[in-house]
Amino acid sequence: MLWLFVIVVSAFSLFPFYWAIVSSLKDPSTMFQVEYWPSALEWSNYSSIFKEQPFGKNIWNSILVATSTVLLCLFVGVLAAYSLARVEFRGRGLLLALILAVSMFPQVAVLSGMFELVKSMGLYNSWGGLTLSYMIFTLPFTIWLLTTFMRQLPRELEQAAIVDGASSWTVLYRVFLPLMGPSLVTTGLLSFIAAWNEFLFALTFTLTADARTVPVAIGLISGASSFESPWGRIMAASVIVTVPLVVLVLIFQKSIVSGLTAGAVKE
Amino acid sequence: MTKDHALTERHRTAYLFLLPSLILLTLVAAWPLLRTIWLAFTDATLSNPDINWVGLENFKGVLSDPDWWHSVRNTLTFTFISVGLETLLGLGIALLLHREFFGRGILRAAVMVPWAIPTVVSAKMWSWMFNDNYGVINNILQKLGVIDGPLAWMADNPALSMAAVVIVDVWKTTPFMTLLILAGIQSIPLQVYQSAAVDGASGFRTFWKITLPLIKPALVVAVVFRCLDALRIFDLIFIMTNNSNDTATMSVYARNNMIAFGDLGYGSAASTLVFAFIAIFTVIYVQFSRLNLVGGSSEKVSL
Repeated sequence: MLWLFVIVVSAFSLFPFYWAIVSSLKDPSTMFQVEYWPSALEWSNYSSIFKEQPFGKNIWNSILVATSTVLLCLFVGVLAAYSLARVEFRGRGLLLALILAVSMFPQVAVLSGMFELVKSMGLYNSWGGLTLSYMIFTLPFTIWLLTTFMRQLPRELEQAAIVDGASSWTVLYRVFLPLMGPSLVTTGLLSFIAAWNEFLFALTFTLTADARTVPVAIGLISGASSFESPWGRIMAASVIVTVPLVVLVLIFQKSIVSGLTAGAVKE
Repeated sequence: MTKDHALTERHRTAYLFLLPSLILLTLVAAWPLLRTIWLAFTDATLSNPDINWVGLENFKGVLSDPDWWHSVRNTLTFTFISVGLETLLGLGIALLLHREFFGRGILRAAVMVPWAIPTVVSAKMWSWMFNDNYGVINNILQKLGVIDGPLAWMADNPALSMAAVVIVDVWKTTPFMTLLILAGIQSIPLQVYQSAAVDGASGFRTFWKITLPLIKPALVVAVVFRCLDALRIFDLIFIMTNNSNDTATMSVYARNNMIAFGDLGYGSAASTLVFAFIAIFTVIYVQFSRLNLVGGSSEKVSL
């Protein structure tokens, strides 16, 4: 009985991904027959996705946007988290509540204002505009998570350093940062995945095929007419961007889970 | 004296450290939000730089548009059904994962996969599976004898398109739900179960009287997170059923008016309404959760 449940749940979770792989390996003539096992391995979908559109450029854009989002977010977030977790000052609780409130903003509620902002800064149709706008959803949870993590470190750590006359900067970089490796990995991964998967801003703030990130490129793949989508190519593109992500998640399973649950379970 | 000095230096540095984050959040959150609300009271369009104040005109327009109310209904239906199913399934899988058995690690890894796949990619994968002529889902259902002929999932029938979208969302976000609930279950001390076993409580009674009340705070947080996400859903619906009124949500409605039709003012009015909607939901939750936390702790005491 338990086994049946395990098999059903696993199959339900994994089947769509399996199906995408199988479909991506078909040639146009067998594409429209339902076969549960690939009869032949046909790699043409994989090569045509790079030939018929700037998919390599799209992958590069995604890597650039996601990486710069993570770096900016972590740098700025660590500084803020140190203040929020280790220094007592008036209005700290209110500030944390406000930051948390930002993470509840629906993206569409800032869309037209953000569109203007990105345009006026000359960042329309470029990866910089996406990195900047992604701060609205990655920065709040980065600050929130890092604050939670930093609060758990013992008080004695910094006290010795402060008595020795070390500046806050030194305390942060010499004492705390070396201890925060795992939490930085967790937070960084969650921001990376969020930025890698984002669609609404990327769709709205880019115009040309060259500037698109992967989700937009895949979302807008179309065939000769609007009634026939090139499903083989779409599935190939889907597999290409998903495989690294799945590998990442399986390797860092534990730290991702701890990051996802840290904000919610602990106070 | 020196200690006081050290304290003020510390405070000054603390504010300095906070500054970059506050500047960034003002720039990308507060400013665009206020600007969007302001645009909602104007006749701004994407192509016309001349902006005139029109008062409540846009709001009147949105609120008297049947398509807007349709999108509100769609959003609520989608949120209610998908979050409900995700909670039930998440609870079930979390209880299962909490037990020791061979293959637990594999199952745990398997349920993480949908969470990692980009929404756009899952929307495409499932659109292909739901394809009426060549889709694998119709094929399976026909083989099982559930349906006689292929179903047109993404066209014509509003209930079927909604069902398709809900299925994909459930597939994608149940892992998140499972993880949050599982963390709640694992924080329950083992002794609580042992004493229940000594008292001879049945499995179902233990679940109902001990597990459920104790994980209630974690469960409520998970449900609220998911509701907030579901209420603003855009990408899944935009990709799977683009421009179909049958499934368009509030976010899709707002973006279509803003960008596709170029009516920045009117679309901003719609997105301001989405914001108000979610803000009210959040305020109610904060109010409600305060009461709830008190309720939760008293239940703990009565054990």
